[in-house]
Amino acid sequence: MHSFANPARFLRLASHFLPWLMLGFILCFASGLYFALFHSPPDYLQGEMVRVMYVHVPAAIMAEAGYMFLAVASFASIIWKHPLADVAARCAAPIGAVFTLICLITGSLWGRPTWGTYWVWDARLTSVLVLFFLYLGYIALWSAIEDEARAAKAASILALFGVVNIPIIKFSVEWWHTLHQPASIKLVGKTTIDPAMQLPLLLMTLAYGFYFAVVLIWRMQASIAEQRLEARTRAQLREVTA
Amino acid sequence: MKPKRQRMMLMGVAALVLVASTALGLSALGSKKQYFMTPTDLATRHTLSGENFRLGGLVTVGSVKHLADGVTLTFQVTDLQNTLPVKFRGITPDLFREGTGVIAEGHMDRAGMFVANTVLAKHDENYMPPEVAASLKKSGRWKPYGQVTR
Repeated sequence: MHSFANPARFLRLASHFLPWLMLGFILCFASGLYFALFHSPPDYLQGEMVRVMYVHVPAAIMAEAGYMFLAVASFASIIWKHPLADVAARCAAPIGAVFTLICLITGSLWGRPTWGTYWVWDARLTSVLVLFFLYLGYIALWSAIEDEARAAKAASILALFGVVNIPIIKFSVEWWHTLHQPASIKLVGKTTIDPAMQLPLLLMTLAYGFYFAVVLIWRMQASIAEQRLEARTRAQLREVTA
Repeated sequence: MKPKRQRMMLMGVAALVLVASTALGLSALGSKKQYFMTPTDLATRHTLSGENFRLGGLVTVGSVKHLADGVTLTFQVTDLQNTLPVKFRGITPDLFREGTGVIAEGHMDRAGMFVANTVLAKHDENYMPPEVAASLKKSGRWKPYGQVTR
């Protein structure tokens, strides 16, 4: 665990995997968009509107997966106090926040022509909005506290508190009456999406996942470079004054 | 090693408290977290006439009738146990169909009819091409109120 958390080793591994992750993103996104827009059937009820699913559902999956990543990194930060865990969590938060925003906006645009409304305060929509605010709160805490170690601690605790929201989002459509329909892809049991529609959905979900990984690595590389630059500048400054 | 163990213990206790308090908080919300009431919910609960609430269920197959004025329609909302008549004056969403879900906001009138101000369509979790739906209907495996449950 600790050997992987070494920043130098991480940078070496990251630059090795980065081109492959980019390739994965390009292939999945191009083929996913092709299937989503041109080579998948309309829905018996929604017609062509069903194509919003291929941008909305992967965004929702990545919004939650991104938060779980944030939580695991925050846990590692609190228990092992490893700086790379802080870097990972801090760099992942804005990406997850953007996926949540995409999920909310596309969901709203999908809701108007199907449900008849852009927004309702049902349990599913509200809990996803709470997820967005958790991301924003996490980002805000980092910039609100000057001392890095204290900021890391406060932000990590917030991230871990917010984990309760994830099962609430997941099961909101089963526990309570909502306007949002129950899950089509179930933890146990058959998926209720036609196989011809599952393919573009799978490709787009993979594309979003690759995109998350690529942007996360870019951000982490930049963040580590920034930290090193800062440390070097400080050391030089000490030399000059001494 | 000791401070690390301590932090782990602390996190475990915090997690327990968090889960317990969330569960308590959610149960305290009671029926407020329900976006709508079903006809069965209404049958077991006394509602005042004139009180605004949301009614949800499925549009009974064969129940949608357009009145002579051209803008008012009546239909039945069912949860397959209880049924309630609804009157709505306005334009329904595209997905408002017989046999699919509906959420209407409004109040009960004296005659026991639900008068809706707004009507939203609630679809289920099934997605399929029109041909698949047509072949299900042709082979008699189509269920009028949703394909999986309810």
